[in-house]
Amino acid sequence: MSTTADHVEHADHDHGDHGDHAPEAHAHEHKPDSYYVKIALILAAITALETSTYWVDFGAFFLPTLLILMAIKFVMVASLFMHLRGDSKIFSYLFYSGLILAIGVYVAFLATFRFFAST
Amino acid sequence: MAIIERPSTPALAGSGAPAVVTPSQAYGVLKRPVSTTGWRSWVFTVDHKKLGIMYGVVAMFFFLVGGVEALLIRLQLAGPEGTVLSAGLYNEMFTMHATTMVFLFVMPMGAAFANYFIPLQIGARDVAFPRINAFGFWCFLVGGIFLNTSWFLGGAADGGWFMYQPNANALFSPSHGVDFWGLGLQITGIASLTGAVNLITTILNMRAPGMTLMKMPIFTWMSLVTQFLLLFAMPVITVALFLLMFQREFGATFFDVSAGADPLLWQHLFWIFGHPEVYIIVLPGFGIASEVLPVFSRKPLFGYRFVVFSGAAIGFVGWGVWAHHMFASGLGPVSVAVFSMATMLIAIPTGVKIVNWVLTMWGGKIWFTTAMLFIVGMIAQFTIGGLSGVTHAVAPSDTQQTDTYYIIAHFHYTIFGGAVMALFAGFYYWWPKMFGKLLSERLGKWNFWLMMIGVNLTFGPMHIIGLQGQPRRMMNWTEARAGEGFFNLGFWNRVASFGSLLITIGVILFLVNVWNTHKKSSTTPKAPLDPWDARSLEWITASPPKEHNFDAIPTVHALDEFFHRKYEVDHDTGEVRKIASAEEVLAAEEAKADKHIHLPSPSYWPIILAVSLPIMGYGVIFNRLLIAVGGVILLLAMFGWALEPSVADDSDYDPPVDGGGTSKELANIG
Amino acid sequence: MAMWMFLGSECLLFGGLISTYMLYRGRHPADLGPDQVFDIPFTSVSSFVLLMSSLTMVLAVSSAAQKDDRRTNLWLTVTALLGATFVGGQVYEFTSFYREGLGFTSSLFSSSFFTLTGFHGVHVTVGIIMLMALVGINKRGRIPGDKAEVVELVGLYWHFVDVVWIIIFTLVYLIPS
Repeated sequence: MSTTADHVEHADHDHGDHGDHAPEAHAHEHKPDSYYVKIALILAAITALETSTYWVDFGAFFLPTLLILMAIKFVMVASLFMHLRGDSKIFSYLFYSGLILAIGVYVAFLATFRFFAST
Repeated sequence: MAIIERPSTPALAGSGAPAVVTPSQAYGVLKRPVSTTGWRSWVFTVDHKKLGIMYGVVAMFFFLVGGVEALLIRLQLAGPEGTVLSAGLYNEMFTMHATTMVFLFVMPMGAAFANYFIPLQIGARDVAFPRINAFGFWCFLVGGIFLNTSWFLGGAADGGWFMYQPNANALFSPSHGVDFWGLGLQITGIASLTGAVNLITTILNMRAPGMTLMKMPIFTWMSLVTQFLLLFAMPVITVALFLLMFQREFGATFFDVSAGADPLLWQHLFWIFGHPEVYIIVLPGFGIASEVLPVFSRKPLFGYRFVVFSGAAIGFVGWGVWAHHMFASGLGPVSVAVFSMATMLIAIPTGVKIVNWVLTMWGGKIWFTTAMLFIVGMIAQFTIGGLSGVTHAVAPSDTQQTDTYYIIAHFHYTIFGGAVMALFAGFYYWWPKMFGKLLSERLGKWNFWLMMIGVNLTFGPMHIIGLQGQPRRMMNWTEARAGEGFFNLGFWNRVASFGSLLITIGVILFLVNVWNTHKKSSTTPKAPLDPWDARSLEWITASPPKEHNFDAIPTVHALDEFFHRKYEVDHDTGEVRKIASAEEVLAAEEAKADKHIHLPSPSYWPIILAVSLPIMGYGVIFNRLLIAVGGVILLLAMFGWALEPSVADDSDYDPPVDGGGTSKELANIG
Repeated sequence: MAMWMFLGSECLLFGGLISTYMLYRGRHPADLGPDQVFDIPFTSVSSFVLLMSSLTMVLAVSSAAQKDDRRTNLWLTVTALLGATFVGGQVYEFTSFYREGLGFTSSLFSSSFFTLTGFHGVHVTVGIIMLMALVGINKRGRIPGDKAEVVELVGLYWHFVDVVWIIIFTLVYLIPS
């Protein structure tokens, strides 16, 4: 994974052919399973917290809390489980450009329906 | 030369190859097809050049189909109270004309050039995923055929190319046309999406050594932007088409006002896709223009960086302007103002490009070949189309123009005058590269002038009749209400119909030109290696290119690499002088030829997988059982695909000449 | 990289579906809206199951990187089973909604809800098929190319499906209309 950056940046032909699917974890330092279990536990805890909003009243903090927790979970899975953090930057650019474009376009889209005005 | 050809007899690859597929492993996997000649070599090919040519041929065919549809429309409007078409047929005709031209001609023709030339321009031997590439082409072909079978199965789509709701509802459009339309576009959409993923990966990963992004030929750059637009725009139309399908086939009410729905949802989704689509159509044309202009002006492209960045800016801002198609739909003042501003903004990068092109020609030694003429014509026409476009950005003026012929005039100037003229320039410019023969310049100039005059006669008057109030999609006009004097609708409609005839003759001349060039292929002389004194990498190889494109992958030192290998600047006098001919440059490359080149092997699976899709499509429309049949084929083909090693085993090939050497392989997964 | 691009593109697909749902979630008869039919505890459990399947997927990828075929297959199978549990839960949820009178065509809310979650369910199902195919092919030692990388690619897809559910769960289920 860490090697892919070189491949992509230099676009060296021989490696470039394989850069797309460069052996993901080979050159990367290997994380023990317990590391992933810990992350999963954190994620589970966040999910529990989210679910608790169903019973406990958070008042005005309700919506922001949920959205922030959602974002944290998203980024954690993307960058740790999906190795986006250790990978070539270009993967992050590709993925997040899609994501941000989607958010931008669809928020504007809902705004034209005055979706946010009522709340 | 030490290039290893793949074995040409099927028997050799099938049974002769030792232990490639042992019986215990071969569960149902077809042997690799291996023909290099005959129809099999085309149907099962994964070669980006063959696929590019096939894209081109099929797109050209649909161009003629769409052209006939356009002619019927103009024939109907050539006189008062036209009776050539019935009202229903007229609706189908303009819907299918637009759909065919946009989705089955301009887009795939851009894909044809991108497929053929991107690997050549970046010094690669093929695309990153050759089989996916083949799959994309077959999806496009079967999708196009599927779409057009609707003519024979109860009538084509008739809701206009943007298929507004509730007009496209089962209530108002009871034939299966709209269903065919939705599913057909879904299938061709798969082609675009896979093509986008494939080409972006190719461009980012497979450039020749030394070619940084800022040394990349401009056509490749513009295609890259196009592919990104496709990548992100296709899923949006996919959502819209699915909602449409659920509405028409499964009783959902997404756009049904009586059920409390908002038909604007469709308009938004369609135009969120539709506006990037506009740039998808025109950016490859911009790329071709930026390739052709410097070559025939004998000057480097003026402000390469500006052209690149303005292309990227167009790609980016193109996402924020979709609602300018909907100013008349009651969006509310804030939305209208915002989108109006954004739309005016996008005129800036487009203007930057036009300035760059003009300054490229400025002071150059211009050589007016057919290709160059097409580009100069394109710049003029596109400027007109762009300016009328800015008048749409002004919302109050736009509400006057919405759904009149003024709009028709605007987008035909940009699409025909901009994109299609550039594509024709591409034909004339690259024909010797693709086929090793030059198209006739004499016929070519006739072709250009007929099209140029034809376009202006056809679409120019539409500005006038549009501002006079002739509505778009009006199926006939009457003498009594045509008006008088200069603004007589009848007169200008006749002029437009006459102009369309000139375009037709121009296109026919192009076909004659192609026919002439290849009919007596043994007698017509081969094109010189470098007929235009070109500048970019695709010319550092034989014409037509060998199957593996380059004997040795060239190392790139500069933008316009080929030019810099042929010329150098004399440091004392400052003059440019020639140091090598194209033949010498090529010979130098061939001398370093790689000893062992692996090319991706042909495959049966792409076409099988693609064929399963329209079967499922017919299933949705006529008989749900067919969905299952198509689904089974789809699943089997996917497994076959996954199990097939994408590169045939080493033992399928002759061994490298001297044991080791520089062995090259192309991308594997995919 | 191609997988990342595909996922970036999928963001816009799900974005469109989620937006459609957000637009229409309030359009339903008074007694059959999201606040009435959703069973939050149940869905929380199935969300948790899907989240855990992401963990097992990571473990499969990590085993594949260590060339441990047996454990790779084991974790892939567990992931597929967890995924199947999630889909099973979704089927159960859909049928119970249906029994409460919420069909696909009942209201705009129901149509857009079923379309959104249905699309997600189809993605999960496709993922399960890929996982099982991977185990089957792996057992016969027939994965072409680099095995760890194939597992990794399937893993990316699987995590993405999970991530989408994280968003759907919050926006659709937890935030009342």
